[in-house]
Amino acid sequence: MKRFHFGVNMPPVILAEGLTKRFGEFVAVDGIDFKVDKGELFGFLGPNGAGKTTTMKMIQCVIPKTSGRIEIAGMKVEGHEREIKGLLGVAPQEINLDPDFTTIKNLLVYSRYFDIPKEEAKARAKNLLEFMQLWDKRDVSIDKLSGGMKRRLLIARALVNNPQILILDEPTVGLDPQARHLIWDKLKSLKLEGVTIVLTTHYMEEAAQLCDRIVIMNYGKIIARGVPSELVRRYAGSTVVEAVNDPKVIECLKRMKKEEYEIVGDTIYIYTDRPRKVVPALINVCKIAKVAAREATLEDVFLKLTGRALRE
Amino acid sequence: MGILSYFKQPKVTKLAWKVWQRNRDVFSKTYRVNFIPPFLEPLLYLLALGFGLGYFVKEIEGLSYSVFIAPALISISVMNSAFFECTYGSFVRMYYQKTFAAIIATPLNLDDVIAGELIWGATKSLINGGIILLVVSAFGLVNFSLALLILPLSFLGGFLFAGLGMLFTAISPNIDSLNYPTFLLITPMLLFSGTFFPLSILPKAIQTLAFVALPLTNLVSIIRGLTLNSLGWLQLFNLAWILIFSIVLAILSINLMKKRLIE
Repeated sequence: MKRFHFGVNMPPVILAEGLTKRFGEFVAVDGIDFKVDKGELFGFLGPNGAGKTTTMKMIQCVIPKTSGRIEIAGMKVEGHEREIKGLLGVAPQEINLDPDFTTIKNLLVYSRYFDIPKEEAKARAKNLLEFMQLWDKRDVSIDKLSGGMKRRLLIARALVNNPQILILDEPTVGLDPQARHLIWDKLKSLKLEGVTIVLTTHYMEEAAQLCDRIVIMNYGKIIARGVPSELVRRYAGSTVVEAVNDPKVIECLKRMKKEEYEIVGDTIYIYTDRPRKVVPALINVCKIAKVAAREATLEDVFLKLTGRALRE
Repeated sequence: MGILSYFKQPKVTKLAWKVWQRNRDVFSKTYRVNFIPPFLEPLLYLLALGFGLGYFVKEIEGLSYSVFIAPALISISVMNSAFFECTYGSFVRMYYQKTFAAIIATPLNLDDVIAGELIWGATKSLINGGIILLVVSAFGLVNFSLALLILPLSFLGGFLFAGLGMLFTAISPNIDSLNYPTFLLITPMLLFSGTFFPLSILPKAIQTLAFVALPLTNLVSIIRGLTLNSLGWLQLFNLAWILIFSIVLAILSINLMKKRLIE
């Protein structure tokens, strides 16, 4: 496994400036800037169609950018595709394991694409299947694996070339909590080994638990960025107070002035740093019966920033 | 840009070989049954047409009917093996299995992938052409002086039809659309390329058209030259035609595939 030395002036592992991708008239990625440092676990959040997957594919050198700049490990993507792809491990959103082969053969055939010698490939395949708890399934054909097993195998496959950078597009989509936690554990241990990980996700808990830093994308643009807990404090305050959508509540809130709120269907969401003032005021002064206070989460930030309308 | 962009030189490296190996591995999983259809099919044709219909035909251009159609059976198998491998086979790998997408996340690029697929298609033609060569030889329908040259020619002819197939794969919106080239191109060629009757009974203009426009006509002509041990200027033309079109179709299909999957 590779070891990394952390220093002050480390160049970023991934650097994007004004990165843009158009498909005809449609702007999928609209001039985004970001940088990912070595050993970091970096998350891309955003609703469907926000441009996350397109961004991943540009990092992977699979689709060319329209304009802007993108560098991986200090190399410009154009002209260094093969070199860069040799450093990357990629687990795509869409499961594209090879259904013509068994579990272990999938890893062996994939190792061959990286020119890994046969004996070395066998040793790595064994390690990875054990790491992902799939060794018992090594001779099983792909269509006999559960969804969780396929996802794990997809990540194992992304690791056959000992990548410096691991790119995971929705690594836990459609998995039960057990399988999801197993994958989180594995990602944490890979991070400890110094692997830089970039992932996209819809699961706010996943981003909050795993990511050192995140960006939130919407309509091809980055609309917020930072450490998950700081983003929560900045955009949602410490607490969310939920009350029924009642004119009395709104009137009451208007009297309190400073409180920021949002009305969604039957519920009013009040984003506040002073729950001890807001809640008693609502209950005692304004006589509102149903009020609940809870800790603000990344999901509140996400919905606040990207809106609640369905995208598809 | 415009039309020239379809003829850009592909950036193929020896990594294309990895794709060939992948397909070979899938093929050899079921190698026991893989050899039965290419063995059985020409045998049926030979019995029904060569010996059955041939009983009434007696002679064509001084040859027994089975000797006349033996090289056609090899050629048809060369055509079918590569064409179907690089249409239905490649389409399934590209569209349903997402195998190409998985491979281009590694140091291979799409040029390597498609080149590997084409070479694999040609390899299938070599394998199946070889099997039929054995069958027709066993019936004593082949002059052995030049017969072994049929093997490299099966590969080359296979590469031509692989490129033709890949071209349709690149432009077909769905797998059912592949029925059109099959019924409108492959089936007519199978019947009208000097396969089961000599082109010489057709008007001169149509004969010329068959040689200029139909790949199978050229392949049958050259393979018949080899099984009969009689080569001439026509076969040199056939070889040149096959070489040129193999290269053009390979380049064109790789570029079309890139437009479909990447741009």
